[in-house]
Amino acid sequence: MLEIKDLHASIEDKKILNGINLVVNAGEVHAIMGPNGSGKSTLASVIAGKEEFEIKKGSLALDGEDLEELDPEERAHKGIFLSFQYPVEIPGVSVTNFMKTAINASRKARGLEDMPANQMLKLIREKSEMLEIDRKFLSRSLNEGFSGGEKKRNEIFQMAMLEPKLAILDETDSGLDIDALRIVANGVNKLRGKDNAIIVITHYQRLLEYIVPDFVHVLHDGKIVKSGNKELALELEEKGYDWIKQETVV
Amino acid sequence: MDLKDKLLSSFIAFENNMDLDHPVHDVRSEAIKNFEEKGFPSKKEEAWKYTSLNAIQKVDFSIFPKKENTLEYKDIKKYFLHEIDTYKIVFIDGVYSSYLSETTHDGVDVCLMSAALTKPQYKQIIDVYFNKVASKDESLTTLNTAFSKEGAYIYIPKNKVPKKPIQIVHLATGNEAALMLQPRNLVIVEENAEVQIIERHQSLTGNEVLTNSVTEIFAAKDANVDYYKVQNDENTASLIDNTYISQKDKSVVRVHTFSFGGKLTRNNLNFYQNGEYMDSVLKGVTILGEKQHVDHHTLVHHAQPNCESHQDYKGIFGEKSTGVFNGKIIVDKIAQKTNAFQQNNNILISDKATINTKPQLEIFADDVKCSHGCTIGQLDEDALFYLQSRGIPKKEAVALLMYAFANNVLESVRIPELKTRINKIIANKLGVRVGFDL
Repeated sequence: MLEIKDLHASIEDKKILNGINLVVNAGEVHAIMGPNGSGKSTLASVIAGKEEFEIKKGSLALDGEDLEELDPEERAHKGIFLSFQYPVEIPGVSVTNFMKTAINASRKARGLEDMPANQMLKLIREKSEMLEIDRKFLSRSLNEGFSGGEKKRNEIFQMAMLEPKLAILDETDSGLDIDALRIVANGVNKLRGKDNAIIVITHYQRLLEYIVPDFVHVLHDGKIVKSGNKELALELEEKGYDWIKQETVV
Repeated sequence: MDLKDKLLSSFIAFENNMDLDHPVHDVRSEAIKNFEEKGFPSKKEEAWKYTSLNAIQKVDFSIFPKKENTLEYKDIKKYFLHEIDTYKIVFIDGVYSSYLSETTHDGVDVCLMSAALTKPQYKQIIDVYFNKVASKDESLTTLNTAFSKEGAYIYIPKNKVPKKPIQIVHLATGNEAALMLQPRNLVIVEENAEVQIIERHQSLTGNEVLTNSVTEIFAAKDANVDYYKVQNDENTASLIDNTYISQKDKSVVRVHTFSFGGKLTRNNLNFYQNGEYMDSVLKGVTILGEKQHVDHHTLVHHAQPNCESHQDYKGIFGEKSTGVFNGKIIVDKIAQKTNAFQQNNNILISDKATINTKPQLEIFADDVKCSHGCTIGQLDEDALFYLQSRGIPKKEAVALLMYAFANNVLESVRIPELKTRINKIIANKLGVRVGFDL
């Protein structure tokens, strides 16, 4: 589904990704771990199409189609979804209106009519119940004044609404208490299927107890320095990242 | 002949048709003297530093339209808030149009300034209120005073609330190559009375129009006034709007100014607080493009203790448009416990657009809360990426962010149909559909 080959990316001439190779197939869950500043969030942003990052070398493709020239919205229309580490506050636009706009924009891109209002409401009700989101919450301005946990839960709500092919969860666990983590993970797991894939970016193994990955990759200095199965995450939790760094030097 | 000379010579002809024994005659004579002395303001004056009237003065405006013009309602319906029932005071080229209007004397007076200025039953009120809060010094206001003859006259007696909102609509047919209009409005809202007014100036062709309008509003104790100015005129129409408001104890006056059109617009909005525990609310949304120019000059004079004022102006400037915001707040020494808030936020969406923003605070009391903030920025790139990553195309995402930016100013609009209409104008102005019901 997602194929990244020797990807190098920079921001303002600062090299952040230095040759990433990653293949994610439908039905798989990949975890990307690594110390601060290793390039995890940059990788997520580059896949989602953030303009300030410049691809210097290499390629990334979704279902064989090169993504580099596509705008973020076009990538979203193709089924890429990024759950933000720091969701942006948009005062003046309610969660509901935002979702309506997003869903209908994607439908329009696919040549479909707007989703009928009753169907939209039903979908919103269903997905918000799944994530145990209070109805009142939906009429509030998007992310404005939300707690860290509420923002993350709202991200997963959006994911549930948009049903992406490839979801990238960028530190979705940060700011969540254990109950919220369980609800969010449960929501994510419900979206797992043979036709879609998930990339989970995290510092900690905690989230991976709930969203169990098929593969774990360790990112360091903008490169994947080690890949393995879910056991690798446990090993990292135990030993920290230093042994990986040392291994890389050797 | 330049415009000033033309106006001065027209004044003689104008006065010849008036009752020279009426006390307003003296007011007009004083006013024209002031204008003769001062003339049009120039950019040398601090208050007009960023707004030039030079080009306007070179236009050969007709001061009085040569003939009466008529219009079909169906052709101009869109300029009215037609979704709801309202009283209407409508003028075509400055002349009252009875068949487009719906006035009343049923408990309240919603009628004409020309009647109020001439008929004996209004004399007492005119003596008390006319030209009492409008400046006797500011040249364009005095120019209007000199020619004051027609406009809206609204009188709401104690404890009364009109059955419906009032629309004041000025239409310019374009039958004159260039037309100057000087409407004069007087709004008196007595104790514990209420009123909602929507005002609009609309040119129907690309012919040049200059409107120099003066509105005086008196809000007595516990009065509640909502005044909405819809400025969405043709790019050949210029408006100088001078509004003077006198407030008494516990009154609330809210003025919303929606500036989306016109060539040159100058809003002089002046609040004078003459009592305690009152609130003055000044809100504005400005969305400009092309070479449009809007200049908001506000004044809130806190003269008594325990009062509040809330100013919130948002501006979005594209292409080669220019905006000015100058917000002056005066807090007199005795006006302790004043809460005065002022906010002016602007987004420039073009490299060639300009905004000049200036708060001007003169505070002589020591126990007050005054806050002011001006921002000028571009759209937040992170917010834009966030919306795009959810599949919202960039153009719509920009519109949604701008819509959201302007949106909180609309929260205080108390006529839902007007709010919807303004939302639609905003969406239209931004050139996109925002994907949900406005």
